[in-house]
Amino acid sequence: MLVRDPVVQATVTGNGARTVELSGAWDIRALESRARALQVTLQDEARASEAHWDLSRIERFDHIGAMLVWRAWGRCRPVRLQLKREHEIFFGACEQSTGIAASPAKRFDPLLLVISLGRGAWAATGHALEILELFGQLLIDAVAVTRQPLLRPWREFSAGVYRIGAQALGITALVGFLIGVVLSYLSAEQLRLVGADVFIVNILGIGIIRELGPVICSVLVAGRSGSAITAQLGVMRVTEELDALSVMGISNTLRLILPKVAAIAVALPLLVLWTSGIALVGGAVSAKIELGMSFLQFFAGLPAAVPEVNLWLGVGKGVVFGVLIALIACHFGLRIQPNTESLAAGTTRSVVTSITAVIVADAILAVIFSDVGWS
Amino acid sequence: MNVEPVVQVEGLWTVFGDLVVHRDLELSVLRGEVVSLVGGSGSGKTTLLRQMLGLERPRRGSIRVFGVALHRCDPDLFKKIRKRWGVLFQHGALYSALSVFDNIALPLRELHAFDEDFIRDIVMLKLDAVGIEHRHASTMPSDLSGGMIKRVALARALVLEPELVFLDEPTAGLDPDRSEAFVKLIRDLHVKLNFTVVMATHDLDTLVSVSDRIAVLADQKVVVCGPLNEVVQHDHPFIRSFFLGERGLRALSAAPALQTS
Repeated sequence: MLVRDPVVQATVTGNGARTVELSGAWDIRALESRARALQVTLQDEARASEAHWDLSRIERFDHIGAMLVWRAWGRCRPVRLQLKREHEIFFGACEQSTGIAASPAKRFDPLLLVISLGRGAWAATGHALEILELFGQLLIDAVAVTRQPLLRPWREFSAGVYRIGAQALGITALVGFLIGVVLSYLSAEQLRLVGADVFIVNILGIGIIRELGPVICSVLVAGRSGSAITAQLGVMRVTEELDALSVMGISNTLRLILPKVAAIAVALPLLVLWTSGIALVGGAVSAKIELGMSFLQFFAGLPAAVPEVNLWLGVGKGVVFGVLIALIACHFGLRIQPNTESLAAGTTRSVVTSITAVIVADAILAVIFSDVGWS
Repeated sequence: MNVEPVVQVEGLWTVFGDLVVHRDLELSVLRGEVVSLVGGSGSGKTTLLRQMLGLERPRRGSIRVFGVALHRCDPDLFKKIRKRWGVLFQHGALYSALSVFDNIALPLRELHAFDEDFIRDIVMLKLDAVGIEHRHASTMPSDLSGGMIKRVALARALVLEPELVFLDEPTAGLDPDRSEAFVKLIRDLHVKLNFTVVMATHDLDTLVSVSDRIAVLADQKVVVCGPLNEVVQHDHPFIRSFFLGERGLRALSAAPALQTS
């Protein structure tokens, strides 16, 4: 059966009465390519003068076609209308669909900036308080664990150390080495100008052991393990595993979070040592190439240039940053709602927040220890 | 008038590794009827449905939809066919980044044929058709209840006025009350708009109240395809346990078709 294209035809009979006749196919398939043109034609016909509308020769009809005609009529039936009985329901639907509200226009509020700033600060305070609460809960759990050795989640702890520490050795070594090379290369250029070649040991030693090693390493772990922890807890929330643990009387914080925090607190300082060491090797390689300084001279000069307390400062930073990363990751992981969008948003926020927190904490520590560790 | 089936499956083989899911399966769906696919889990209902949608490719055999062999036609023709059917996925598959309104408007906007005003009218029309209040139009899918997700997904499936509608487990995950209301909605819309329905379900109440014909998938093929009273008389272990178990008999007792026969 061949279906004809939609046609609008207006005729004027002898006594001046106008008839508008629609025929052919008026469904979405036929209208898809012609809707705009037909809309204009229909509106012109509807506006011209009172007419008799004959829709009885329409072969195929649907809501799209009906809506097109309905809108041209100005959302009410014309007085004289001829229509196939089976097409009646389409206009019935149009008639019932009332209250077609325009979407409310967005008004500009001059206070919007202040309001959003306040909301942001309020939310940040809320997060900080909740993280503090989580930390307190962990301390209580830690006390419980020391009293009842059977409770100790050793298996989870060792798995965490392996995943967070051992598996990150490769990537931290690569990044550390390259940072060392670049830093050493840039410093060597400058030092050579003033003939102070030997001070490369001081610059690299203090810079890497005290600042760069801990920060670079923490940023990598925040991206690598922080996101993994958030996503894991989030998925456990989505699949109701967290609730399943709770109803069995197993504490979420004790079984899931405490071992993770402890594992990072142990693994990150070790990773910091590893990264700093490799970065110094990278620096030594670059110093040999650029300044002709031998490895022996480089490493023999280190103890004199860098007092021992700097090493402990670096390790201590590793512990602090690790606990921060783990707490933030767990906090955002536990807050994830059971839907996919929340999972993605939570993971992103966890990583961004923990990296920011690491750098802020580093700045604070730098101020506190500003007169410690200089030779 | 038009005797050519809307969907015709011939000699279909589906193989996963060593596992033969469909062996020489035959099925045809006529214009305007509601055909339900039933079968135990692993009988390949959902796979068959996905093959009819062109999402998966059968190992052998052909699937013709609107007379066109899906897995052999050229992409432009396939694209046209895809505009003529609507699909309701089991979990709704609403785009989580878009509001209810934008979810339903998306297929219309993709046509680039209608202006935004017109699209809004049509979306509101569809929301009315599935019984969703207009104030929910700007809601995000994550804030909707299970029943509403199904309704919005149905509105989206119907927005391009499809001639063929695929429903995958339309009542799964709904409580009996909501499920009954949703089945009634589908039945009403089917009567009004006269589209063809292919439905995969294992819910007996849905099956009994909507289907014109029931295709039973077992032993890697369609063992019987016919009206309910014909199907229950067919002797097969799956049919006995599915329809003539305690739950089945309870559902059947509510079916008008059987009481008269």
